[in-house]
Amino acid sequence: MTLPPAAPPLAPDPVTVSAPPRIELRGISKRFAATQALEDVSLDLLPGEVHGLVGENGAGKSTLVKILAGVHQPDSGTIRLDGEAAQIHGPAHSRALGIAVVHQEPRLFPDLTVAENVFIGHAPSGRLGSIDWGGTRRRAESLFRELDVQVDVGAPVRGLSMADQQLIEIAKSLSLEARVLILDEPTASLSAHEVERLFTIVRRLRGRGVSVLFVSHRLDEVFALCDRATVFRDGRHVVTMATRDLTTADLVRHMVGRTVSLFPKVETPIGDVLLEVSGLTKVGEFRDVGFSVRAGEIVGFAGLVGAGRTEVARVLFGIDQRDRGKVLLGGVPVTFASPSAAMHAGIAYLPEDRHQEGLVQDFTIAQNVTLPILPRLFPRLLIHASAERKVAHEFTEQLSVRMTGVDQLVGSLSGGNQQKVVLAKWLASEPRILILDEPTRGIDIGAKVEVHRIISELAASGLGIILISSDLPEVLAMSDRILVFHEGKITAEIPRKLATQEGVMFAATGSAGAGLVATGPTASGARGDGGLDG
Amino acid sequence: MAETGTIATRGVMQARGSWLTTFARQRELSLAAIMIVLGALVSIVAPQFLTFSNLTAVAVLASIYAVASVGEALVVITRNIDLSVEAMIGVVAYCVASLLERHVFDAPAAIALGIGIGLLLGMANGVIVAVLRVPSIVATLGTLSIFRGLDYVIAGSHQVPLAGLPPGFTDPARTNLLGILPVFVLVALVVVVLGTIILRSTRFGRQVYAVGSNPEAAAILGIPARFVEFVAFSICGLLAGVAGVMWVMFFGTINGTAGTGIVLSIIAAVVVGGVSTLGGSGTIAGAALGALFLGFTANALPLVGLSQFWLQAIYGLVILVAVSVDAVILRRIQRASAERRAR
Repeated sequence: MTLPPAAPPLAPDPVTVSAPPRIELRGISKRFAATQALEDVSLDLLPGEVHGLVGENGAGKSTLVKILAGVHQPDSGTIRLDGEAAQIHGPAHSRALGIAVVHQEPRLFPDLTVAENVFIGHAPSGRLGSIDWGGTRRRAESLFRELDVQVDVGAPVRGLSMADQQLIEIAKSLSLEARVLILDEPTASLSAHEVERLFTIVRRLRGRGVSVLFVSHRLDEVFALCDRATVFRDGRHVVTMATRDLTTADLVRHMVGRTVSLFPKVETPIGDVLLEVSGLTKVGEFRDVGFSVRAGEIVGFAGLVGAGRTEVARVLFGIDQRDRGKVLLGGVPVTFASPSAAMHAGIAYLPEDRHQEGLVQDFTIAQNVTLPILPRLFPRLLIHASAERKVAHEFTEQLSVRMTGVDQLVGSLSGGNQQKVVLAKWLASEPRILILDEPTRGIDIGAKVEVHRIISELAASGLGIILISSDLPEVLAMSDRILVFHEGKITAEIPRKLATQEGVMFAATGSAGAGLVATGPTASGARGDGGLDG
Repeated sequence: MAETGTIATRGVMQARGSWLTTFARQRELSLAAIMIVLGALVSIVAPQFLTFSNLTAVAVLASIYAVASVGEALVVITRNIDLSVEAMIGVVAYCVASLLERHVFDAPAAIALGIGIGLLLGMANGVIVAVLRVPSIVATLGTLSIFRGLDYVIAGSHQVPLAGLPPGFTDPARTNLLGILPVFVLVALVVVVLGTIILRSTRFGRQVYAVGSNPEAAAILGIPARFVEFVAFSICGLLAGVAGVMWVMFFGTINGTAGTGIVLSIIAAVVVGGVSTLGGSGTIAGAALGALFLGFTANALPLVGLSQFWLQAIYGLVILVAVSVDAVILRRIQRASAERRAR
């Protein structure tokens, strides 16, 4: 096998490289119910290259990783490994084919030792087929020596840092003699120093001919580490280029630029300040977050998953508690010890995961809608089914939920209609501030437009709305103002007129050269904030 | 209330499963139907099965189990389990019998005290589970042992004989109101009706289902999950107290082993009655009917020539069948709604 030179990183040109690609994907498609996760995607992973894979949330990166890991089977398309047609039947088969995946949050057994984790499932056996623990330990030690990492292989994994756990996954892949290493958002929770150590190890593996697929949101890291980069958008392959021929602006332009038909917000007179937040900090999640929301205004929270947007919402709704900072609701300082306190004060929160947190699937529509307001609706303990149905009917009618009646179980509704029931539920609590966390994720386009219309109408009726969304066109179309979060901080505040997908994406990826972004006053200090100061 | 259906079965009209699925979803109906069919079959072999005296005898004993099953069902709906019910029944039964034997209290006071002891023991379970956050299966396995140990310590080797109880104390177990309705059955009916109203038509009941069905959603709504669990365990203890008093009236002779081994039957009744072991669905009436079903099974076995020794094995089989049916129904419903969502 030919090993490409380890450094400087060259973009291997398929014409001049004699060996076939390590992995060759052609025309891969994958559909989940209503969502086309991948459509006709092709990708080559060459021997000894580090290949960056970037794209917005929902671009299809994770689906591709899962197909390579054997978790999902593609609906159509071919996979060739070292030039030979192959099918990846399952996770064990994927490993046997020499593919190793290191997840953002490693999946290890916390109570087993480092050595046991490295060799789980393939420990060296001694006489009579029993596990040779001494050999396991020695071989684990030599693996970590190869990686030039100091780890006590006899210690349990519990308590080790995320970075160390990732290294265990990498050592595991070495022990399996993996020839393909997939790193799925590996740096999200690593410190700058740990990222550097990881990069050194990845470069060393590349020198040994290992092919690395590096999935990341952090464009500066892609440029620092990768030979080539591929951009996905909406489940499609957009471009693959050598990183030396690319600029950050190019990448961002390829990542965004989605065109989706949307219901844009109807212009509404903006009223008084309802909510004012300053210096809000929760250690480890977000820091010094400050913003205000006015009546009739939709404030968009843009950013990537894990940037701290949901965490801010949870504090505002009293689910989690803040460490520092002030929250003024209608000019009065407030602290909510529980969600019910926040609800009484007039805040409603439509959670990110409607299945997990939004609805009780065993309940009917009526029972779900009235759940937050039972004490107000029925102060004398007994629930009157007819009164309950009347209230449920009123709010579901308003949102035109398609159902056979309010006695239908929510579990039998479509995703879009379920989301409308969640909305109806919170509207029934008559809030002043409505926080919507990814309100249109996973629902079809028709329902999405309807939800947008509803959000717009709610703003027009005088509610202050916080719209958390990773869907850039949605945030741009719906928001009066966009706050961009990156690594727990607001890195840009962009008024509606000046907002562009590129500008938001630059701020959201923490990319250098954020000068493109038309920033408001709060962002001035955060400009050019690098991506590595975890 | 009938027009709204039960929480577990509402919306059946919209479920597009086969009639079989629909039938199985209506657990109360299907259990009743199965009992009628089996009863008819048994009476062919053994005509004495379908006599008024035999049926009331079965219903009276089953009423004790039904009362305990209602409490257990409440706990199971909150996604917990109470294994200590039988020991609570044992403690209450011995305490009541012993206090009456020593003439410490008169009958009404002893009954009230017995129920109060049950409530206290249930509250202890509630504190361990809801406050100390011990998983209920472990917590109540512990208290099962502790309560039974307590029972042994209090009772020693003493046995309260029937003659030790005040005259007439055991009459309720043998009395039929208006000649047709056994007092115990009436007690069980009252418990079922009250339990049904609480679960279906009060805020607390709604919270019980919400906590059991989706704890995360309940938390976001600010529903006090721990308080709900505590109350569920407390009510379970209280009903174990009622069952304990009924136990004394039914058996008359009480020692420290009263109720030993019946927790399997109580949980079987709950599961057979359609209460999901995953929490969040099921009804009080279902659990009570489950108890009745098991009672009839136990009664019918010797009549059709099967040894009582088969009973344990058959109860185990019935639990497995009920849980498997639930699992199959759940998968069908999930598939159906996934297809609907995809459209």
